[in-house]
Amino acid sequence: MPAGIKDKVAVIGMGCSKFGERWDAGPEELMVEAYLEAMADAKIEPTQLDAAWFSTHIDEIGTGKGGTPASLALRLPNIAVTRVENFCASGSEAFRGAVYAVAAGAADIALAIGVEKLKDTGYGGLPVANPGTLAPQTMPNGSAPGNFAQLASAYRAKHGVSKDDLKRAIAHVSVKSHANGSKNPKAHLRNVVTEETVMNAPMIAEPLGLFDCCGVSDGAAAAIVTTPEIAKAMGHSDLVTVKAMQLSVSNGLESQHNSWDGSYFHTARIAAKKAYKEAGVENPRKEISMMEVHDCFSITELVTMEDLFISEEGKGWRDVLDGFYDADGGVPCQIDGGLKCFGHPIGASGLRMLYEMYLQLKGRAGERQLKNPKLGMTHNLGGSPSTNVCSVAIVGLQGV
Amino acid sequence: MVGITAYGGYVPRLRLQRAAAAKANAWLAPGLMGKAKGERAMANWDEDAITMAVEAARDALGPGEDRSHINACILATTTAPFADRLNAGIVSAALTLEPNAGASDITGTQRAGLTALSTALGVVKGEPKANVLVCASDKRRARAASTAELDNGDAAAAFVIGGKDTLADWIGGAVTTADFVDHFRGAEEAFDYNWEERWIRDEGYAKIVPPTIERALKSAKVKAEDVATFILPSTFKGVADSIAKKLKIKPEAVRDNLAANVGEAGCAHALVMLAHALETAKAGDVIVVAQFGQGCEANVFRVTDRIGSVRPVRGISGWLADRKEETNYLKFLVFNDLVEWDKGMRAEKDNKTALTTLYRNNDMILGLVGGRCKETGVVQFPRTRISVNPNNPTVDTQEPYKFAEREAEVLTWSADYLTFAMSPPNHYGMIVFDGGGRIFMDITDVEPGDVDSGTPVRMSFRVKEKDDKRGFTRYFWKAVPDRRRMANAGAKQAAE
Repeated sequence: MPAGIKDKVAVIGMGCSKFGERWDAGPEELMVEAYLEAMADAKIEPTQLDAAWFSTHIDEIGTGKGGTPASLALRLPNIAVTRVENFCASGSEAFRGAVYAVAAGAADIALAIGVEKLKDTGYGGLPVANPGTLAPQTMPNGSAPGNFAQLASAYRAKHGVSKDDLKRAIAHVSVKSHANGSKNPKAHLRNVVTEETVMNAPMIAEPLGLFDCCGVSDGAAAAIVTTPEIAKAMGHSDLVTVKAMQLSVSNGLESQHNSWDGSYFHTARIAAKKAYKEAGVENPRKEISMMEVHDCFSITELVTMEDLFISEEGKGWRDVLDGFYDADGGVPCQIDGGLKCFGHPIGASGLRMLYEMYLQLKGRAGERQLKNPKLGMTHNLGGSPSTNVCSVAIVGLQGV
Repeated sequence: MVGITAYGGYVPRLRLQRAAAAKANAWLAPGLMGKAKGERAMANWDEDAITMAVEAARDALGPGEDRSHINACILATTTAPFADRLNAGIVSAALTLEPNAGASDITGTQRAGLTALSTALGVVKGEPKANVLVCASDKRRARAASTAELDNGDAAAAFVIGGKDTLADWIGGAVTTADFVDHFRGAEEAFDYNWEERWIRDEGYAKIVPPTIERALKSAKVKAEDVATFILPSTFKGVADSIAKKLKIKPEAVRDNLAANVGEAGCAHALVMLAHALETAKAGDVIVVAQFGQGCEANVFRVTDRIGSVRPVRGISGWLADRKEETNYLKFLVFNDLVEWDKGMRAEKDNKTALTTLYRNNDMILGLVGGRCKETGVVQFPRTRISVNPNNPTVDTQEPYKFAEREAEVLTWSADYLTFAMSPPNHYGMIVFDGGGRIFMDITDVEPGDVDSGTPVRMSFRVKEKDDKRGFTRYFWKAVPDRRRMANAGAKQAAE
């Protein structure tokens, strides 16, 4: 395995728009909101940017293709802008591009910006995707919740968990996130909900009810990265550095080979192992201070606790019910409210997760501030349980 | 002798209760209450003449992978999904028949089923080594609140005609062609236009059918009183009985026309009745099967002592037993596109089919053919140049591997209320096959609560989507709970 990029790149500025049903803003305005906050935080001028990575997933209702939408909206100084798209992990991909450019020495300062404008669809939920010419001739006519709900059936069967027990555990995932999100002014959904409300909500895709699904929102987030040396020379202190940045992509094993039982994410386990190695983490349950994971659906978050090796396999649902991932638990998860309360503007989500880790490490998380966090992990997943891309990133204070 | 070497059928699982339909329409057509009895077979939204023909053919051909003995496939239907695309070619592709087997559509009249059978008999008479697959299938649409809506039923039958090891020998036949228009459907029209029943009965059936059958019996050198089974579909009460009486065929020979539990399956119906009759036929029985439509066609068979040696996988009786009562008349209207309903914005997605992609992947999409690595034996769907084998991605080692007849079970599933579905919630999941391989696919013919991890399933060829903008129907395979295997497993468990 390569030496990796641990502590080679520092985050000097981040920004995040208000997430929600932003009837007032197009993707351009959302990007500007996140960008200006990040630039002010980094205390730099646009001319100091060497390159930018721009993530957005759905061209049909968003910005359109290419790097130009970001360059135009932000009036970037004719620098390289690369549009990246990797399903729901697109935001993390923009960050990875910027981080790798700095680590490679190709850029001194790079921008990652992600956006999605989902509320120009005309209906709730994600827009119906265009999957090419072959897939629609065989693949089921399904939705994101229907695809992720598959995990629940396999998890129940594999671990002998009853429908009621699993339903209650995934309900707690959402109850916890709503409690966290209620304290976040940038979150879309800020209501506290009870387990009963979650369990009795209308069914979307068995066993996922309405509150087992993340919100559908508009939003943008941005990060500015440079080397620790440049950051210090610019006067930044208490640096947040990148410890690990890993991505694992399905190659068809899950969807075509009977060795996969459907109850977990094959890619997440690979990405997590590599990330821990890159960051030098040996016991994640003890060493990871907090995390933002891809809770597109409550069941996704639950199995992810095992895939990231925080919970033992088959025991994740018990940890969830025991409050291990609550704000006052062993490893607080979704301390900003998660996709559940922010919604999932696809191209922005990975960067939004990093934004919360950054705020917490900088001690700027206000009412949500955790005590002395040192390492934060983000897990950003795109696709479906059987075919996906999984990004795992670890950031932390320099020197940790 | 030339005759029938295999037979099978198919009746969709849903059975619309006629009382439910009649009651819903009684306020505007009170006369329908006279027909408020029994049930009619009702195709699921994803079934049509082609998919039902494929099921019937599989019922006749059995689960064996090798179908290279079939030299031609003839499809009889008056409700073909395509006016210009070889419908029998789609059936052939679904059955993975050899590309050098012929295929043809026979249509245009309610006697098309028997015309297809006669055509196949003619082929084999000329080439005794040939085996011809005959499928007859109809899903007839009728206007809401019409009597035809209650009389019709959706079903299919299939036969293999050959010159060796026959179960029933063809011993004679006759045909009469007369442009007697009891009903018609113009080329661009959706529905039939019918003339008066009394005229059809008295001037049509009563005058055209008996002389045709007399000629058929004469050519077969069989006396009417020796006929063991007389098959003549008609939705008019007593027509077959009165014609039998006139011809001196024994009253007990008149075959039940399945009006009570199937309804009349258009041009397929005589063949459906024949497939049903063969299930209980005895060696030596003489069977007369006739069909009325712009004249009449009749064939005479004598059952051989091999009759019990080849049986359909389920047969018409097996499908009749696998039934679900449907009392929701509105569902019938939606499935048959008889009511404009709000499908929502999610249904607006464009279902245009790339015909190049379809042809390039023809055996995968229509035949459910995947691949097996010759080096490792690993089975996969779809077939690819580089194998999925973990840690051993062999290149160009895959040979075609058929999935359609293999037993399978559900690994993961969900019932999706969000996505657009013609029969929500849409069930789908990861289906794993005995012998290896898996396919993420739709699950059909299910209600909430029917599916769980471990549910045994069988494959069924179905309509995947319809492209209403361009009039194209897209087909693929779906998983259906294998209720026969579930019942067998249940019985085995009880015995233990």
